[in-house]
Parts: sequence; C-alpha cells; structure tokens
Amino acid sequence: MLIMIILAGVALFLIISAIPAITADWSTESQLNTGPTAGFPNFWAYVGPLIWGTLWSAAIALLFGAPIGIGIALFISHYAPRRLASILGYLVDLLAAVPSIVFGLWGIIVIRPFLLPLSDWLAANLGWIPLFGGPVSTTGSTILAGALVLAVMILPIITSISREIFLQTPRLHEEAALALGATRWEMIRMAVFPYAKSGIVSATLLGLGRALGETMAIALIISPAILVSVNLITEGKNSQTIAANIALNFPIATTLQRDALIGTGLMLFVISLAVNSIARVIVGGRKGKRTKSKVSPKSPGPLSRVPAGDFASATALDVVSGRSSAGIADDEGPTPEEDIEGARY
Amino acid sequence: MTALSPRVKPTGPVGNSLTTGQLPRFAELYVIIGAAVVSALLLLLIGFNVVGWLVLTAVVYLIALGLLSVVVENRRKATDRIVRGLVTVAFLLALIPLISTLATVVAKGASELSWSFITQTGASTFDPNTLEVTQTPGALQAIVGTLIITGIAALISIPIGLFTSIYLVEYALPKQWLARTVTFLVDVMTGIPSIVAGLFAFSLFSIIVGPKAFSGFSASVALSVLMIPTVVRACEEMLRLVPGDLREASYALGVSKFATIVKIVLPTAIAGLITGIMLAVARVIGETAPIFLAASFTDNFNANPFDGPMQTLPVLAYTGFAFPGKDIAASNSSAWGAALLLVILVVILNLIARLIARIFAPKGSR
Repeated sequence: MLIMIILAGVALFLIISAIPAITADWSTESQLNTGPTAGFPNFWAYVGPLIWGTLWSAAIALLFGAPIGIGIALFISHYAPRRLASILGYLVDLLAAVPSIVFGLWGIIVIRPFLLPLSDWLAANLGWIPLFGGPVSTTGSTILAGALVLAVMILPIITSISREIFLQTPRLHEEAALALGATRWEMIRMAVFPYAKSGIVSATLLGLGRALGETMAIALIISPAILVSVNLITEGKNSQTIAANIALNFPIATTLQRDALIGTGLMLFVISLAVNSIARVIVGGRKGKRTKSKVSPKSPGPLSRVPAGDFASATALDVVSGRSSAGIADDEGPTPEEDIEGARY
Repeated sequence: MTALSPRVKPTGPVGNSLTTGQLPRFAELYVIIGAAVVSALLLLLIGFNVVGWLVLTAVVYLIALGLLSVVVENRRKATDRIVRGLVTVAFLLALIPLISTLATVVAKGASELSWSFITQTGASTFDPNTLEVTQTPGALQAIVGTLIITGIAALISIPIGLFTSIYLVEYALPKQWLARTVTFLVDVMTGIPSIVAGLFAFSLFSIIVGPKAFSGFSASVALSVLMIPTVVRACEEMLRLVPGDLREASYALGVSKFATIVKIVLPTAIAGLITGIMLAVARVIGETAPIFLAASFTDNFNANPFDGPMQTLPVLAYTGFAFPGKDIAASNSSAWGAALLLVILVVILNLIARLIARIFAPKGSR
C-alpha cells in the first residue's frame, strides 16, 4: 500500500510545485523573464526543446548501446566458454555498479579528447549532412560525446536483461536446430531470437528509460543551449536535456524558476513512466505466453482421452492445445503426415 | 568388375567427407595475427596510433575471414564466422570503457587520496595580507554526509521493502488485484529517473518546511524512493526461492503463519536478503542528482541531517568540476579523490555482498 502512496506522492508533489510556473505568464512575470528562463513566452515553449534534447540524446545512445549490448549478451550466453561466462557476467554487472558521476568525469577527460579527431574528420568530409553541420567543437563538449557516455551507462542494463532471456531459450529448440545442421548463428537466428524478441524489445526500452533520466554525464559533458537541434559535433548549440538542465540551473534559480524546473522534471517523469510501463507490459505479456506454453503440452493429456467421436470436445481440445485438426484426424483417416510416414515404411 | 575389386587400393589423396571444405582448426588465430600485422604496416605509412590499429585490425580480420570462409567453406559458415567475430568485438568494446574508467579514476585519484584527505574537512581560507585564497583539500564532511544520508535512506527503505516483499510472497494471492498492482508499481518505480526523486524530495520538504529546505534527511527520502523498489525486487526473488516444503512442514506442526515467516522463511533466505540489500545500498550510494537537489552542497562540516545543506562524495565530485572554487586545479583533483573513494566504497559493498552470498548460500543448491 505504501508503495502506491509513494508513487502517487511523487506525482502529486511535483504537480503542486510546478503549477505556479506552468500557469504563469512568462513574458510578464518578473522572476521568469530573467536568468535561465528568460526569453520564453510560456512553459511549453521552454520545455519543448528540452524534451527534444532528452529524446534525441537518448536515441543516439540507444543507437550505439543497443546493438553492442545485445551482442555482449549473445557472447556471454552462447559464445563464451561456460566457466568464463560467469566472470564476464560479473564484469558487466560491475559496469552497472560504477556511479554515474564517475562516468561523467571519465567522459570529460577521456571521451571528449578521444572524439575530437573524429569530429574534425566528420565535419571536413561529411559536413554537408545536417547532422555534422555547424562549427566544429574545439573542446569536444558535444552531444555525441554525451551520448557515447550514456551508451556505456545503458549497456549493462540491456546486456543483463537480454542475457537472462537468451539463457531461457529452451535447450531442446537449440539442439534441434544444431542437429539439423544449422551453424551456430543460424541456430541463434532460428531458435533464440524468435523466443527472445519481446525480451530484447523491453530490455531496449528499459535502457531507453535509464538514458532519459540520466543527469550527471550530460550535465558535465555537453555545452548546451535550449533549442531544437540535430547537430552532433558542435558546441554551444547542443540540445539540452531536461535532467541536465535541472542540475545545472537548480542552484542558481529563484523560487518561481525552481518551480519551472520542477515542471520540466514532471514532464520527464511522465515520459519515463510511459516508456517503462510499455516495457513492463511487453515483458508481462511475454511471461503470460510462456506460462501458457508450459501448460499446453500437459493439457492434451486428460483431454485427448475424451472419446474421439465427440466433435465438441475434439474442438475444445484444438482450442486448448492450439494444434489444428489433431483431434478430428482420428476419425477422418490419416493426415498427410501419417501418409508420408506410411510411405516410408 | 576389376575396378570394384577390394584388393585394388585407390591411389592419390582420399577425401574425408567430414573434414573437407573446412578451414583448419586455428585458422581464426592465423587470420587475426595476419590482420594485426597488415593493419600495423598500413598505419605505419600514414602514422601509427593504437586505437586506429585496433579498429583496422578488427575490420581487416572480419573481411579476410569472411572471404576465406566463402572460398574454402560456404556462405552459411562464412556468415557464422563473421557474426562470431562481431559478437566478440562487441564484447571487447564493452571492456574498454570499464577498464578505461577504472584506470582513469585510480590514476587521477590515487595522488589525491591520503590519510589527511580522508580525515580533514575541506575548506578555503582567505589570507587578508596576501589576498590569496588557499584551499585545503579534504573530504571528511563528504564522507560523513554520504554515510549519514545513505544510512537513513537504508533505515527507511529496508523495512518498507522487506515488508512489501513478504506481503507479496507470503500473504498475497497471485491473482489478487492488490498484489498485481503493487508488483506493477514497483516495476514502474524502478524506472523513476533519479533526478525526479530529488525534485520530489525537494518539493515535499519545501511545502512542509518552507523555502531553503535543504537537508540531509530530505536527500535520504529521495534516495529511499529509488531504493525501495530495488529492495522489494531483490527480497521478493529471494523469498520465492525458499522451498514451499519448509513452510508446509512448519504449518503441519501447527506453527502460526507469523512464526513460520520469522523462524523458518527469513532465516533460510537471510543470505540472499542481505546480498540484495547491500547491492541496493551500493546502487544509491553513488547517486548524485537527487542528493545534489535535496541536500545541496557545502564546504562546512555538518553532521545534523535535519538542518542545513550537507556535502556528500558524489556531489563533491560533481561540484569540483561544475562549480570549481578559486583554485580550479585543486577543486578538480579533490573531485577525482572523491570519485576514487566512491568507487572503492561501491566495490567493497559489492564484494561483501558476493561474499555473503557465497558463504551463506543454501546447501544443496547449485
């Protein structure tokens, strides 16, 4: 019960605090037309670019993080030697335990200079693409660097969830595929991926949820402005994210500006709540399917003892077991499969 | 008929149908050495750097192996080998940031870390004669703050989390709407962005206490919002592992439900519970954003969680970079010192958790 109260309380107090700023007229209110919130006609004009920046940086992070994360999960679950796999899994978990602030500091002094030559090259050769347009950053405080650090931070969550799901693939499916002469990759594509599809999707969504709410890495690394921009390698014109904006401006904000920042936090709460709920619903639907498939091989047992002539019970059996024409076949002669078997003998 | 005579031995090499059309056993090793040499030579022409060398090696390796496999074996096996290479590369890619992060933190923080850094309160003193500000590095106030705030957060969230998980496992029926809702909400709460938790604690306390509501306690509230779902998850999983036979044996002896939980279920699961709680603590101890919003930051020593701003290690690391003092280099280096201390704390907590899990692992399980 307390859990519900807490969750409702989080939403409630955010709304209470944010209302004065959301409803205020930003161009006339003296507290809001100065400082970090100056130059915006109302709350929505302020939060819009921030939402864009949040989604944009999270999307780039996901672009890097998701394939690599799934690759690592595959490596640990299906390629690495058994004894090595548990150590490797522990290493990835360790990556999850490193505090985000440490990644932020690491991004400042390692990733920023590391990406400089790359962004110079991109601007020189691919500058005509809007993504790489704009004046090239000289310090490396780009959204590309921030998103890379984000990608590192969401790797462990994507990896650990998809690893769990890859490991749950029925052993018999895998062995059947291998026995039919499939290579390891074909086995993974035919047996593991179809089984783990929804799990991968929800792992990615959970990673997205983490990337949306990540504060410190972005706040420390990128040099932001509150505007809608797709530029990856410029500085001073990167889209700011909600979380980083709060962290940077909270200490210097006045009362009503703080309320405005809390309002943006409310938007972040709503977005990540939506993403997480979708992910959980997908996982939940998958769980339901799995328990059903676990039960269904058993259920034909008692039901198939029903007299075969009883048409209604035969259809009921079909519905339960999901096999078409298995029950009716008893009456109406051999099915095509039985024909083939007969021909062979 | 003579051709089929068993006495006539076939001449020339005999193909073994099982091993023909396969690359030799260590082909991948040879190819990777070759790729490394080739790309090193290529890069020597245009200027050598380690990162470029590794990337080029990986690319050359994948292409060469693919071509070789297509020629000698077939398309399917070539795809298989390339995917194996890609997956391995993905894994190595992930190791780089882990090692690089730890190496950077240790290298930068080790010089700062000393006994006086741990036992002194950091402060900046103003000398009116020379008009100079000298900073004494120190993290005592941050260490104390971190321990107090995390401790209170643990005090709040461990009972709530434990009771919720006991309710879910022992009392709730699986199909009951309350249980399902609680599970769903816990799942959703796991995804609350940490900064939102900080905003929640701040706005809660600014409504109760009024403006300037920074205090260590409100940071603890923010942290427990983040910590409760983790504790519930971990404890729930551990309690579900307790065999139902034990409970039934206890009920059969006429023991009440409450006594069964306290005397049978909890002692059986205690190792797992402690491990889960330790990992949850390790997770929140490194949170920066919520503490930064709710407890703000200060250079003064403050051990009273109910009054005034409190400094913590992650916030010290953040402010050292984002809002440096007069002496920027000193601020930055104390940030690194704080980061190293934090990593050491987290690793110690993790190791203790694993150790407990290993020592007290229930006998007979895998």
